[in-house]
Amino acid sequence: MKDIADSYVTEDGRTIGKVLMDMKNITLRFGGVEAIKDISFDIREGEIRAIIGPNGAGKSSMLNVISGFYNPQVGEVWFRGEKRPPMKPYQVARQGIARTFQNIALFEGMSVLDNVMTGRLRQMQTGMFAQALWWGKAQREETENREAVEKIIDFLEIQAIRKTPVGRLPYGLKKRVELARALAAEPELLLLDEPMAGMNVEEKEDMSRYILDVNDEFGTTVALIEHDMGVVMDLSDRVVVMDYGRKIGDGTPDEVRGNQDVIDAYLGVQHD
Amino acid sequence: MTPATPEGALHSIPALLSRNVAQHGAKAAYREKEYGIWQSWTWADVAEETDALALGLLVLGAEAGDHIAIIGRNRPALYWAMIAAQKIGCVPVPLYQDAAAEEIAYALDHCGARFAIAGDQEQVDKIADARDGLTTLEHVIYLDGRGLRKYDHSAMSSYADVQDKGRASGLSAVLAERTAAQNYDSTCVMLYTSGTTGRPKGVVLSNRNVIETSKNSAEFDYLKAGDEVLAYLPMAWVGDFIFSIGQAMWTGFCVNCPESEHTMMTDLREIGPTYYFAPPRVFEGQLTSVMIRMEDAGRFKRHLFNHAMEVARRVGPDLLDGKPVGFLDRLKYRIGSLLVFGPLKNTLGLSRVRVGYTAGEAIGPEIFDFYRALGINLKQLYGQTEATVFITQQPDGEVRSDTVGVPSPGVEIKIAESGEVFYRSPGTFVEYYKNAESTASTKDAEGWVATGDAGFIEEGTGHLRIIDRAKDVGKLADGGLFAPKYVENKLKFYPNILEAVVFGAGKDRCVAFINIDLTAVGNWAERNNIAYSSYQELSQHPRVLEMIEGHVNAVNESVAEDDMLSGCQIHRFLVLHKELDADDGEMTRTRKVRRAVIGEKFDDLITALYDGSSEVYTETEVTYEDGRKGKITATLDIRDAKVFSNRKAAA
Repeated sequence: MKDIADSYVTEDGRTIGKVLMDMKNITLRFGGVEAIKDISFDIREGEIRAIIGPNGAGKSSMLNVISGFYNPQVGEVWFRGEKRPPMKPYQVARQGIARTFQNIALFEGMSVLDNVMTGRLRQMQTGMFAQALWWGKAQREETENREAVEKIIDFLEIQAIRKTPVGRLPYGLKKRVELARALAAEPELLLLDEPMAGMNVEEKEDMSRYILDVNDEFGTTVALIEHDMGVVMDLSDRVVVMDYGRKIGDGTPDEVRGNQDVIDAYLGVQHD
Repeated sequence: MTPATPEGALHSIPALLSRNVAQHGAKAAYREKEYGIWQSWTWADVAEETDALALGLLVLGAEAGDHIAIIGRNRPALYWAMIAAQKIGCVPVPLYQDAAAEEIAYALDHCGARFAIAGDQEQVDKIADARDGLTTLEHVIYLDGRGLRKYDHSAMSSYADVQDKGRASGLSAVLAERTAAQNYDSTCVMLYTSGTTGRPKGVVLSNRNVIETSKNSAEFDYLKAGDEVLAYLPMAWVGDFIFSIGQAMWTGFCVNCPESEHTMMTDLREIGPTYYFAPPRVFEGQLTSVMIRMEDAGRFKRHLFNHAMEVARRVGPDLLDGKPVGFLDRLKYRIGSLLVFGPLKNTLGLSRVRVGYTAGEAIGPEIFDFYRALGINLKQLYGQTEATVFITQQPDGEVRSDTVGVPSPGVEIKIAESGEVFYRSPGTFVEYYKNAESTASTKDAEGWVATGDAGFIEEGTGHLRIIDRAKDVGKLADGGLFAPKYVENKLKFYPNILEAVVFGAGKDRCVAFINIDLTAVGNWAERNNIAYSSYQELSQHPRVLEMIEGHVNAVNESVAEDDMLSGCQIHRFLVLHKELDADDGEMTRTRKVRRAVIGEKFDDLITALYDGSSEVYTETEVTYEDGRKGKITATLDIRDAKVFSNRKAAA
């Protein structure tokens, strides 16, 4: 694996900064089952970091550790140079981490706009009562947040469905709305759980474009789980490969592609 | 207010803009929906924005007479780019935004554009592709910088940067001099014709062409400051140039740009334009969606709708034309309007339309009557790029679906021996750019221009009726007249049929290709429990073929009644397995069928239609939106249609 200095510039001209999140010797157990076994890796500022692996490799569990939903029995999570104590999800959100879900978790009965607005909750200070009266500060605050949301709607090109209830949208668009909601929180670290699952080729291309644009335009660090190897190899700066809860590879897409353990995990090993 | 005559100083678009600033400075000139809100720019803002861009172009070294290509969706800033170009004596050349890279390359090369102004990354990419073989293109200016951060900026700037440089330049004196140097015969704009045949041609229009035409047409329909239009048709199309620049500048009305192409219908409803243009397919599409939704509605609503529409069909057109209508009918229409048409018009975004136009293709009589019945003053016009749009148009009170109206003010018309329509008008184009040969063959020394369409002037009313493209009008083997478009249009009036192509020139009988309309037929299939997995499968479903056969038979019956054209009945037909598409070269970008290309490409199908086989296997190459090519194969059923004899001939 390449030994990287504090920060470097990629071939396409993006600056990758210092370590944003550092996972140190993480082990996660559910009863007797070890979902993650002693895994360490880091995520750097400004990079697109992928976690790949066959079904049941522990990818989603890993993402849930990063997002603070699971607390590992062994190991430490360091964020922005500080060790992170066990946290509630809302505390993690406050730290600037937002995510999307493998099985879309939107409010089906609410419009796209309202769904994306919920992503701004962290930026709103006024209480429920003031917001219900919609007077003074609450009104100003909503206007400011609406503007931020409209910019994201424009960015992801979902203007045409702004007022449509989410329940009526096709799957590919729901995924995009979920991304919009995550972006509305203006996260420093964006976690995407299988952003392309169940999409056709064209939708995948679109989604890849948006992920790259988000990373490029807002400088957001992205950590994603994905099945589609082609997409992962094209998108990411560095890839962690997991198999049966173990880390079997870590490096640039090219390094990972040439790794014998990875090839074995994906294509199977010949038994004599 | 009557605007001053152009003999004064109003001999260019920039001059009209200055007048508008003086007269309506603080009124909205352009609006665009962005970030969910309609943003407005007053006439004074527009003057400032265009000045800044014009100065910026001067800083970049734009010389008088340079061509500046403009490509992107309808946005105020791109309209201003055209005016900015005119201010410094350059020629704006708007290009079709959905054109492929090689089409753009051809136009950029042909006009020798030194500058290109692009809407977004997609257009910048296409220009970059085209740029390799170009020597003239020096600088690209882009409006939306998204995704362009990492691009090489040595020959590229953002629109705002160019404006900032312009504001700081201190070249105002040069700008004023360049603007003042424009006269009535300077080039106003150059537009590429979509080119049903061969390469697109650059039509050069002078200030006289544009301003005279705008003045005449605005007076014809009493357009005035305070009117609202929605600019959503391609900027490269002459109609959009006249509506959104020519007439807007002349009258001072407000041009509204939609948020994105997908939000057009919502934006239409929000703006409620008073002056509206749409090609027939847009009206067809709206009507089809209304009908589909009514069929899914509850029984009570459906009954109410049908009943109200029956009254509207009977009374509505007469009311619009100012003909006498009985008290009871008026009352019924009022009630219908309150309960049904009012809300419907509002949903369609057409509540406030005072003048509506459709053109480009023939519109189905039922579709046309539907909108007129609702009380929407929908009219037809006939025009082309070379005439700066207007050749004929329908005056209020003389509107019918089968004519295209009387000659527009200032236009003279004559019909040649061959049946081809010729015109001469103040809007007659100057020339085809760098193509003296085509100019000479189209426009004669006296200024008469051949339209390429065959038609006749109706006795009594003086209205022009168009039959078909002159070159498509041919003879059948027995010497009978063959006018494919006439039959195709009758077929296309059925909502289930999207396109039809009829062949038969020089043969003893006619055959046809038919494209089904996926929306309409898909909905019909759903209601009739017909399962299908693809367009291809649906198109070949026996019950779909049966339904289409019924339509073809009905068309044959109506064609048989025409003495001149009864030979054009369709003997055999097939339903195509793919939609005809501009990306495959089968249609023009304005969705006109390219007969020759289709004839060549589907040669095997035509042979099968004539040799009596009952089915045919075919392989077709298709081009995807991103330029990749693929192949689809299908076995198509061929059906015989019922042919009727002409009653008069038989008698």
